Amino acid sequence: MTDATLSFDVAMEKFDPVLGFEVHVELNTATKMFSSAPNVFGDEPNTNVNEVDLGLPGVLPVVNKKAVESSIKIGLALNCKIAESCTFARKHYFYPDTPKNFQTSQYDDPIAYDGFLDVELSDGSTFRVEIERAHMEEDAGKLTHMGGATGRIQGADFSLVDYNRAGVPLVEIVTKPIEGAGSRAPELAKAYVAAVREIVKNLGVSDAKMERGNVRCDANVSLRPYGQEKFGTRSETKNVNSLRAVENAVRFEIQRHAAVLNSGNTIVQETRHWHEDTKSTTSGRPKSDADDYRYFPEPDLLPILATPAWVESLRAELPEPPATRRKRLQADWGYTDLEFRDVVNAGVMDEIEETVAAGATAAVARKWWMGEIARRAKLADVDPVALGVTPAVVVELDALIRSGAINDKLAREVLDGVLAGEGTPAEVVQTRGLAVVSDDGALQSAIDTALAAQPDVADKIRAGKIQAVGAIVGGVMKVTKGQADAGRVRELILKTLGVEA
Amino acid sequence: MTDLIKHSAASLAAKLAAKEVSAVEVTQAHLDRIAAVDGDAEHGVHAFLHVNTEQALAVAADVDTQRARGGSAAADLHQLAGVPIAVKDLIVTIGQPTTAGSRILQGWHSPYDATVVKKLRAARMPILGKTNLDEFAMGSSTEHSAYGPTRNPWDLDRIPGGSGGGSAAAVAAFEAPLALGTDTGGSIRQPGAVTGTVGVKPTYGGVSRYGAIAMASSLDQIGPVSRTVLDSALLHELIGGHDPHDSTSLTDPSTGLVVAARTGNVKGLRIGVVQELGGEGYQAGVLARFNESLDLLRDAGAQIVEVSCPNFVYALGAYYLIMPSEASSNLAKFDGVRFGLRTLPADGAMTIERVMASTRAAGFGDEVKRRIILGTYALSAGYYDAYYGSAQKVRTLIQRDFDAAFTQADVLISPTAPTTAFKLGEKLDDPLAMYLNDVATIPANMAGVPGLSLPGGLADEDGLPVGIQLLAPAREDARLYRVGAVLEEMLEERWGGPILNKAPELIPTQILEAK
Amino acid sequence: MAAINRDDVAHLAQLAHIEMSADELDRMAGELAVIVDSVKSVSEVAGADVPATSHPIPLTNVLREDVVGHVLTAEQALSGAPDAQGGRFRVPAILEED
Repeated sequence: MTDATLSFDVAMEKFDPVLGFEVHVELNTATKMFSSAPNVFGDEPNTNVNEVDLGLPGVLPVVNKKAVESSIKIGLALNCKIAESCTFARKHYFYPDTPKNFQTSQYDDPIAYDGFLDVELSDGSTFRVEIERAHMEEDAGKLTHMGGATGRIQGADFSLVDYNRAGVPLVEIVTKPIEGAGSRAPELAKAYVAAVREIVKNLGVSDAKMERGNVRCDANVSLRPYGQEKFGTRSETKNVNSLRAVENAVRFEIQRHAAVLNSGNTIVQETRHWHEDTKSTTSGRPKSDADDYRYFPEPDLLPILATPAWVESLRAELPEPPATRRKRLQADWGYTDLEFRDVVNAGVMDEIEETVAAGATAAVARKWWMGEIARRAKLADVDPVALGVTPAVVVELDALIRSGAINDKLAREVLDGVLAGEGTPAEVVQTRGLAVVSDDGALQSAIDTALAAQPDVADKIRAGKIQAVGAIVGGVMKVTKGQADAGRVRELILKTLGVEA
Repeated sequence: MTDLIKHSAASLAAKLAAKEVSAVEVTQAHLDRIAAVDGDAEHGVHAFLHVNTEQALAVAADVDTQRARGGSAAADLHQLAGVPIAVKDLIVTIGQPTTAGSRILQGWHSPYDATVVKKLRAARMPILGKTNLDEFAMGSSTEHSAYGPTRNPWDLDRIPGGSGGGSAAAVAAFEAPLALGTDTGGSIRQPGAVTGTVGVKPTYGGVSRYGAIAMASSLDQIGPVSRTVLDSALLHELIGGHDPHDSTSLTDPSTGLVVAARTGNVKGLRIGVVQELGGEGYQAGVLARFNESLDLLRDAGAQIVEVSCPNFVYALGAYYLIMPSEASSNLAKFDGVRFGLRTLPADGAMTIERVMASTRAAGFGDEVKRRIILGTYALSAGYYDAYYGSAQKVRTLIQRDFDAAFTQADVLISPTAPTTAFKLGEKLDDPLAMYLNDVATIPANMAGVPGLSLPGGLADEDGLPVGIQLLAPAREDARLYRVGAVLEEMLEERWGGPILNKAPELIPTQILEAK
Repeated sequence: MAAINRDDVAHLAQLAHIEMSADELDRMAGELAVIVDSVKSVSEVAGADVPATSHPIPLTNVLREDVVGHVLTAEQALSGAPDAQGGRFRVPAILEED
């Protein structure tokens, strides 16, 4: 059954949305949070576990230092304060993907707290999202529901559990309530998660692949009448695991809440599940023990003291924040806002930076990455970066053009050769014999032939209609199979006809 | 052969090193003794839940081969190599079942060894088998074992203490010279007291807990069980030391304990009598033997002082909040999903929730359920501060009491348990009365300090063993051995030999006929 | 502090995932009431100024280097499983059939 919704515009006229996000980031450490078993995605089930991950009797946890350091880095990148001392706590709930039937997490003293993230929206404005906390915890195993028609938990006859993911280090980033987004709420939701994803990727602490669940978002939505201070009742939508889904889920929940409130009913505080197929949410199963997690300090683990020296040494390792870097690069390259946004959206900012660093101008780099490479990527239905062109190839092609050894048309052919695995651009030029015809004698005979073939055009040029020269140039290029320098050809034609350029 | 079983571990080690006996002979002698007196759930001592005959003999044979080879092979052998040992069935072992005394783990085999077991194997000590215990170490009588009680070798109608009644009884009945125990509130020391054996709870973190099935993580400690103070020191040094798999493990080296036991001396030492651990509620015979020990220590040059630890009276109450809280959490993993028992509900929906609930209903005994429910209550929203939170504060007060007491005394002394061994079944229906057995041992667990129990003689009224407990500051375990060895020597001189010489002979034929 | 009653025990048994019969609930409620009563004084002993002790021996920053260590084979991992299929642990349905 699908819930009734109100149109987004009507919903926005009547209600003020308040958002909140819990983003779980899987860290890309070599080992688990509390065990030395490998943290690897995609292997055979239950092969990346040891007794600790399975919660076998007698096991004890030991904290992964790298995971703590990655967590501190995330906290710093989110402008958080880092707790001088923090502890782990046990959060109890029985579920077969949770080996100990409690999750080792943090409770009232997270490692990072009180931060913010400035999120850029498409209109160029910036929206500040306040961060409540970022805390360390462990991931659960993976359940596969069997026997049902849909592969969903509903209607399944039984489930299978793979604990490879159990114990993978997680950082949960929790925002404060986000007010004032208005109709930009869905966009902000997407932009916020994208920004978090970009930050953790930039830090190198997570693979940040949403399709693999490296970054997962739970989105809280509530509505209240405009002018009301008190928040409305919220829903928490789980499993929102793509940027588009985050935007759609928030939009759907706003519309669903609006319909409920508009008809005079009340929102039930509950967990909702997002379904990509129907683009809607459904009510989640109320967990019987969700009301009482019985948190208590993890007795098997000791406090972590983040000394100022340690925190500062980690701060010194932080890369330039993505937003700062973008501003710097755009200014350095002199791109317009539109040009730069296209570059970012095409995902070739890093490549252009490397191309420029390797000696090409920013304009040339953009010409290649947003032009020929983007065109071919589109044809092949892959991302430009996935095409296999390296910044070094672009720089070499550019150098060959500037030296006059090849022209733009030939350069495209050279690129074909490079992509076909025939070697570097210089090697392709050599083996395919693509060098520009620069022998004036050879060109002259081609020009004479072309002029003879089109005497009327020759007459027009002689008569001063110099723009007609293009037709003769075209003829020459055709004869030389494009391997001529068009500029030189033009010069020679005009000289032959005795016309001043 | 039979007299081999009467030797201490140190004596066996010496005989093995001198090649007077072989490790196979020593191990076989103990296996024979187990076969003769251990019986089963209904008869005999019933200290063992599993006897590891083949593996033990194989290790012993290996030790003999290595020693026969001489040279560096023999020199490399640990001094306890070939000395057999029993392991409390709360500690996981590859190649033998580990049950924790519970139905819920019946037949379960661990795919990994506890750190202490790895150390036993590295020292080439034949593991005789797994000893009985109260289910998940919850109890003071071993009657809460799902596999039937262990009986006290001094009187088979009486309890051997708990939870480690199996380890203590095995050592008291000469079925093993050494055993491993675990002590959360007294589970090594109280069984030691009521069976006339020695048991030590090391400083918290002194011995790795990795592979000991957790009851209360902040209280549990593995420790040695033996018939002499020196033997405990030998085993303690072997199993102690830092373990990177246990975050609470101390980095201190495990040394100086054997030396302390061999060079015991109490001259000028201040020994503090804890006022709150004695008097009312303590059996007269227990107090009489305790006072005798004080006199002996005084005669040996120790200065006996009185110390007061006023918050110890709250220790039992705080313990019965912290222990069940942690236990309720630690035992959540027993759910029939990854290991152990799975029981399907008799009727109704066959969901995982219901399967978990019926598995836990069928797999856990009453005492375990009681503690899980109590712990769930103490941790639940609205009660945390009043219960768990308050208990942790009391813990601070108990630590402060110890700190103050240890400014006035080098070691503290008390009776280990308020009474001698009671009859099987006597307190089974009265949990509170059962809990009172641990009143003198619990403070050490709450503060993490080490404690040792050694035999103090027999109570006049029932002729049963009385235990004397020594307590030292954290990381000062050596003091326990220094004082314990002296007291043991003086007492044995008075008795004319080890206290266990006074124990009635277990008559194998009676046990066998009864079977 | 409120005394513990039968309804409390029923709720706690549900939280702890232990099925209990009516008789068991009655008995447990009686036993727990006595125990809870005996430990009640604990909440009145220490003042607000007394810090809580969660670890008997205070240590900090016990951390492990991020280096892969011991791993079980799938066979070892599943060796104690009550039910398994295709290298994974098999469990009954999570939701009740409607």
